[in-house]
Amino acid sequence: MTPAGLDSLLIIVPAYNEEASVGRVVEEIREVLPGVEVLVIDDCSLDQTAAAARRAGAQVLTLPCHLGLGGAVQAGYKLAFELGYQYVIRADGDGQHDPRYIPAIYEALKTSGCQMVIGSRFLEGDGAPSSLVRGLGIRFFRLVLRPILGQRVWDPTSGFVGVNREALQVFSKSFPLEYPEIEALVVLQRRRFRFMEVPCRMRPRMAGRSTITVMKSFYYIIHVLLGVFVNVLKYERRRR
Amino acid sequence: MEELLDFTAGMSLALLVLVLFSIRRQHIRVEYSVSWFGAALALLVLSRWPAALETLAGWLGIGNPPLALLLIIGMLFLLVIFRLSVIISDLKDANIALTQRVAILEYRLDNLHGEARTKA
Ligand SMILES: Nc1nc2c(ncn2[C@@H]2O[C@H](COP(=O)(O)OP(=O)(O)OP(=O)(O)O)[C@@H](O)[C@H]2O)c(=O)[nH]1
Ligand SMILES: [Mg+2]
Repeated sequence: MTPAGLDSLLIIVPAYNEEASVGRVVEEIREVLPGVEVLVIDDCSLDQTAAAARRAGAQVLTLPCHLGLGGAVQAGYKLAFELGYQYVIRADGDGQHDPRYIPAIYEALKTSGCQMVIGSRFLEGDGAPSSLVRGLGIRFFRLVLRPILGQRVWDPTSGFVGVNREALQVFSKSFPLEYPEIEALVVLQRRRFRFMEVPCRMRPRMAGRSTITVMKSFYYIIHVLLGVFVNVLKYERRRR
Repeated sequence: MEELLDFTAGMSLALLVLVLFSIRRQHIRVEYSVSWFGAALALLVLSRWPAALETLAGWLGIGNPPLALLLIIGMLFLLVIFRLSVIISDLKDANIALTQRVAILEYRLDNLHGEARTKA
């Protein structure tokens, strides 16, 4: 696989136990963007996620042990950076991210000069979050992030995110292991990088269960809050 | 309260022996045994040397030396456990990097083989 078509864009799909939906997700992406490489990152799933993804025509990066969402996404970023890709867009393996919005994210990446473009469910449509606690969490983080980022962010937990090569380089070195979306914003801000949001609609997951339960939502909020402040305080700690 | 001091002396001796045997059987690496050795030795000395313990208790403003010893034990082991968290975190960082590297290498190797096969 070498970066060619569509100005070397790679779509990465983190997936953990998504055999029921990942094939459909890959097919949909390939329908919208024929010729674009789709890389499914299988985080050591217990089911047939990797096989389903291959059948649908995706490349599969298989992690030998379970890392968690951030670790999986970072593996995809590292590979993309090494292979020379200019742009990487992440879409979830549960089918919540409608691939018809990928071209808009891609356009914004190419033309806006922003290092990161977020597909945001609150700029258009109803934008109902998947649960009550989730909705409260999002509101809370909007408030927390506003002064830190110096800019409004409507959908800080969105995983429908595109990055350019500059951001790829940074994320290859430093990327949160769990619940990466919000912390990644802060990591970028520390480099004085810019981001923007483009409107998109999100769908209910196609199959399987969300990994985020109510209890986990509270753990999530505390975990991410700590992560945000660690990143605000940390000036370029040396990392492997 | 003398019995308490005898007890902690016995415990620290047992801990010393346990750590020694674990190193010998390679259940624990030498570099991670140092903090346990330090803690066990400090306990042994304090529980067998009343004058030193009384001075320490005086510094802490605790009238009862064995009570001071208990407090010191607690602090010492907290430090050892914290050191373990630091070590675990380093291991985890290394583990993440290694896991990602293995996955990437395997991926690129598979692709190389695939290309070689299509050429042949
Ligand atoms: N690699 C990896 N991917 C994960 C892990 N947990 C979840 N994912 C993937 O990350 C994506 C998002 O996970 P979800 O559980 O749907 O979380 P969410 O979309 O934030 O939450 P919902 O709105 O409730 O669906 C999906 O594609 C999952 O397959 C994990 O531990 N490792
Ligand atoms: Mg989801």
